[in-house]
Amino acid sequence: MPNQMTSRARVEAGLSRRKRKEKIFRASGLLATAIGILFLGIFFSTLVAKGASAFVQTYLLLDVELTAETIAPGGELDLEYADFDGLVRTALRNNFPELSGRNDRRELNRLLSVGAGFQVRDLVVANPDLIGTTQEIWVPAASNVDMLMKGNIDATVDESLRNLSDRQIRWIDTLDQAGRVDLRLNKALFTNGDSREPELAGIRGAMMGSFFMLVVTIALAFPVGVAAAIYLEEFAPKNRWSDLVEVNINNLAAVPSIVFGLLGLAVFINWMGLPRSAPLVGGLVLALLTLPVIIIASRAAIKAVPPSIREAALGLGASKMQVVFHHVMPLAMPGMLTGAIIGMSRALGESAPLLMIGMIAFIVDVPGGFTDPATALPVQIYLWADSPERAFAERTSAAIIVLLAFLLLMNLAAVILRRRMERRW
Amino acid sequence: MHSTTLILLMGFMSIAAFYLGRSRSLAVVGGPGRGKGLHSLPGYHGYFVSIWCVLPPLALLSGWMLVEPGIITAMVVKSLPASQQELPAGELNLLINNIRNLATGDVVSAAINADFQRAADLYNEYNATSRRLLSVLVLGLAALGGALAWRRIHPDLRARNKVETVIRWALIVASSIAVFTTIGIVLSVLFEAIVFFQKVPVSEFLFGTTWSPQTAIRADQVGSSGSFGAVPLFAGTMLITAIAMIVAVPVGLMTAIFLAEYSSARVRGIAKPLLEILAGIPTVVYGFFAALTVAPWVRRVGESAGFEVASESALAAGLVMGIMIIPLVSSLTDDAINAVPSAMRDGALGLGSTRSETMTKVILPAALPGIVGGILLAVSRAIGETMIVVMAAGLAANLTANPFSAVTTVTVQIVTLLVGDQEFDSAKTLAAFALGLMLFIVTLILNIIGLYTVRKYREQYE
Amino acid sequence: MVVASRKAAYHHKDGEMTETLVKKNMSASRTSAVPNYRGQQVELGRETVGNVRCANPFMVAENVNVFYGDNHAIKDVTLEIGKKEVIALIGPSGCGKSTFLRCLNRMNDSIESARVTGNISLDGGDIYDKTLDPVVLRARVGMVFQKPNPFPKSIYDNVAYGPRIHGLAGDRAELDDIVHRSLERAGLLKEVKDRLDDPGTSLSGGQQQRLCIARTIAVNPEVILMDEPCSALDPIATARIEDLMDELCEDYAIVIVTHSMQQAARVSRRVAYFHLGYLVEVDDTDKVFTNPHHKLTEDYITGRIG
Repeated sequence: MPNQMTSRARVEAGLSRRKRKEKIFRASGLLATAIGILFLGIFFSTLVAKGASAFVQTYLLLDVELTAETIAPGGELDLEYADFDGLVRTALRNNFPELSGRNDRRELNRLLSVGAGFQVRDLVVANPDLIGTTQEIWVPAASNVDMLMKGNIDATVDESLRNLSDRQIRWIDTLDQAGRVDLRLNKALFTNGDSREPELAGIRGAMMGSFFMLVVTIALAFPVGVAAAIYLEEFAPKNRWSDLVEVNINNLAAVPSIVFGLLGLAVFINWMGLPRSAPLVGGLVLALLTLPVIIIASRAAIKAVPPSIREAALGLGASKMQVVFHHVMPLAMPGMLTGAIIGMSRALGESAPLLMIGMIAFIVDVPGGFTDPATALPVQIYLWADSPERAFAERTSAAIIVLLAFLLLMNLAAVILRRRMERRW
Repeated sequence: MHSTTLILLMGFMSIAAFYLGRSRSLAVVGGPGRGKGLHSLPGYHGYFVSIWCVLPPLALLSGWMLVEPGIITAMVVKSLPASQQELPAGELNLLINNIRNLATGDVVSAAINADFQRAADLYNEYNATSRRLLSVLVLGLAALGGALAWRRIHPDLRARNKVETVIRWALIVASSIAVFTTIGIVLSVLFEAIVFFQKVPVSEFLFGTTWSPQTAIRADQVGSSGSFGAVPLFAGTMLITAIAMIVAVPVGLMTAIFLAEYSSARVRGIAKPLLEILAGIPTVVYGFFAALTVAPWVRRVGESAGFEVASESALAAGLVMGIMIIPLVSSLTDDAINAVPSAMRDGALGLGSTRSETMTKVILPAALPGIVGGILLAVSRAIGETMIVVMAAGLAANLTANPFSAVTTVTVQIVTLLVGDQEFDSAKTLAAFALGLMLFIVTLILNIIGLYTVRKYREQYE
Repeated sequence: MVVASRKAAYHHKDGEMTETLVKKNMSASRTSAVPNYRGQQVELGRETVGNVRCANPFMVAENVNVFYGDNHAIKDVTLEIGKKEVIALIGPSGCGKSTFLRCLNRMNDSIESARVTGNISLDGGDIYDKTLDPVVLRARVGMVFQKPNPFPKSIYDNVAYGPRIHGLAGDRAELDDIVHRSLERAGLLKEVKDRLDDPGTSLSGGQQQRLCIARTIAVNPEVILMDEPCSALDPIATARIEDLMDELCEDYAIVIVTHSMQQAARVSRRVAYFHLGYLVEVDDTDKVFTNPHHKLTEDYITGRIG
């Protein structure tokens, strides 16, 4: 054996090099972890920076004369005939008596959203007593005005490079000084369906679509998933069939979601003739998609119930079925519910398969049922992200914030459920 | 009667059947206190009657729904003038669709004439008759089934066993739905793909280098078969996947190592949930971020370095996809290195290894099969990822390995080909299914190998 | 009597050391009554019985305490280990003998909640000194574990692992030489010389353990710690390892933890008996086994505890 002292000297000699390597390795580990977290930070900060402003919206305060002869010529409110847009435009023009030409007027009218007239109409329909009076009403401004107020249009660049003319900007300044321009809570975002006009576009339609879809998904995937898990864990004989089912479920969990969309298109729409764009079909596809997730989670929950419980119940003369339904299932339920919530949050964020089954259409109406044409929140995000208008980028971010808030809530629920119901054996 | 009403009605009947069955079971042994005389608990008798009341009509209902549209369509077609009956399949389909739309009051894409209107009326009439007949049959069957079961109630009736058998079968059916889903995927994709390959040869699809399906919009157009060489799509998919893996594998691996070996419990407790958030962000959100934030950034950086960068570069999509996959890689790596027995770690440390030497020379080699399996699953995930590439990678089918240029992928093309209204049996639409078949096969192989490797690896140390 | 003593408490991250004030209730912790096998209360002495010192001390532990979180696992242990002597640590399960062993090459460092106070020196140098890298310490104080744990590599690579990471061999020939001599020394060369490229896990349990010993001596340590090295082996393999220990103590000091009193009697020159974290008795092996001074030691070696 070589001298122990020489060995020691050699170890000492290599030490600084090894320590350096160790430091580099550790630093790269830290860097890698930081990259993920840094991305998360950048992601959320840009999201909030871009999206927060969409929760407010520019409104113009106008003194609208609800003259009876324009909207209720026969003494009764006549919706076919009434020109609410005209009323609003006149109200705006009253602020600028110096303007007279057609072109001037047209340019001025572009400051108003096309939804301004509708808003006044809704107000009058809800309260016919207002006819004949003059009301101060906050009406939505056009999205370009909104962008200017939010600082997204640079008034200093050349007129040809922006969507608002110098005169329009002056008019807005005038209105602003009169206290007639304000950023107010954007209710339209939560009460309207989709629209071509950014200032009128909302996510209510998409949210309802997602809601109906998730109802279908949970109603199908949870019972079936739990039943499948119970069978596989408690009853299935160990043979080739159960091996096949096992492998199959694990594989299914990793099949690209778009393939499920192809399945939905071919089977549910073309073969079974279910309607396109319907939350029913979306829910069916998502149910198949989340089924493996729920089965895997439920099986884990069932496995965690100790065999002693089963033996105790069997020993008292309960049938296998009674053991499962009276003892195993209640004990495994928190785990199964957690799995279901996680499956649902995955379904809520899924969009690729929905594109395949036509849930990507432009739908203005808020869906009221399972077969109404609808879109879903993530698909709405996709649609808006594709829109060229600058104002839609802001709304996309806002919709993402809403979607992430829902996902966060669901995951929080799962965590709380796990914490509160978790049993230690 | 509307089918929802029908199902609701059946629900009420089943509840009624339960109580009737239960009370009869008690009655046959002579009152509530004598339950001991029964073979099964009264509740099981209730379930027994309830099942007989619901299952047969439910089977009838679903069978009816399945065949009803076909039969009614056939009957309507028969009523059409002979000239229209002999139309080619495609045009006949269009006609039937129009009849249906007219009948339900939807938008119709043809002039409405008398024949047409008559067919639509007929369609409505047949439908109404069918529904009336169905309601009567279903409710009748429910009543009949329930009554027969009710009459069979007897103290010796093995109601529990019978109910349990039904439940058992229900469980079996539930567990095979997953298998049927797979079969459904294979069949639906395969059938359409076969039709496609009758129009476009397999060899052209697999080895052709030009992809331009756009010419196939009108069926009577010259050269309507377009050009369906999918090599550029495969290349694009691989390019983006490769970029994603170059980001995700080292970062995910090092993250897992850092959290398992170096970080304190507190840091781990914060970092792990944060990374899980990364895994929970919907892909459409990643896509939005890739398209609006990362792509312009890549372009700026690339151009300032003197490269020509497309606004929808493969690099931007790949980078963001890589970030998305980091949590997957890191959690699978974490599982793999945790499965290595701590004796290995102790042995290496006991010989005087530094932590990094322990990790790189002992634990990682031991965990390699598990990590490779995990990476295969991550590759499969990247190949099948849709929204990020749809939003950030673009549509240009370039055959290139330049990460700064725009490429397209299999999933992007599937979406583009199928979104919007097309004739369902045009080569363009069918091509999507052929691509879907390729996607399914490739990811299936990766998944099977990946899952098998991971499982075998775990068993080795169990 | 409450004594507040300022002692070095070692934090187990990267050998960083912080001074911590350790308050101890000396009388309470040093003299406590523990039940023996009949449930009778037996006084644990404040001082270790026998002789903790030795003629030629090489490794010296003074007043060592180990805590796992709130659990006080080793209580004020003082023990000297002589040069080239075999010392056996015996005692019932959970008495802290393995914990103490792991303090000697700082293997407890990797357990986050573990905290060691007191003083351990190797050849006069404090092993918990913050400037000392545990890597160097472990090259000098090797360790063989309870279960044979060859790396999932070839036999050759297993033995070559230590010399490689420490840079002990200048070239391939030198490395070959170290591997061969270590295997020879571990009595394994004859059995494996034709299959050095086979995986280490392909060997039998006893061979695996000898491989682990070869792996340890390839680094040329000064002390070898053995944590129940034979508990997973059959009697024949055990006998071979015991023979090996006899040979190895010509060059190395060996500290062995064992459950088997026969083994302790066969291989060791001195024996230290641990009980509930206390070092109860230390003395020459024949003295302890023929004439134990402490009641607990006597109970243990006559088979009434453990």
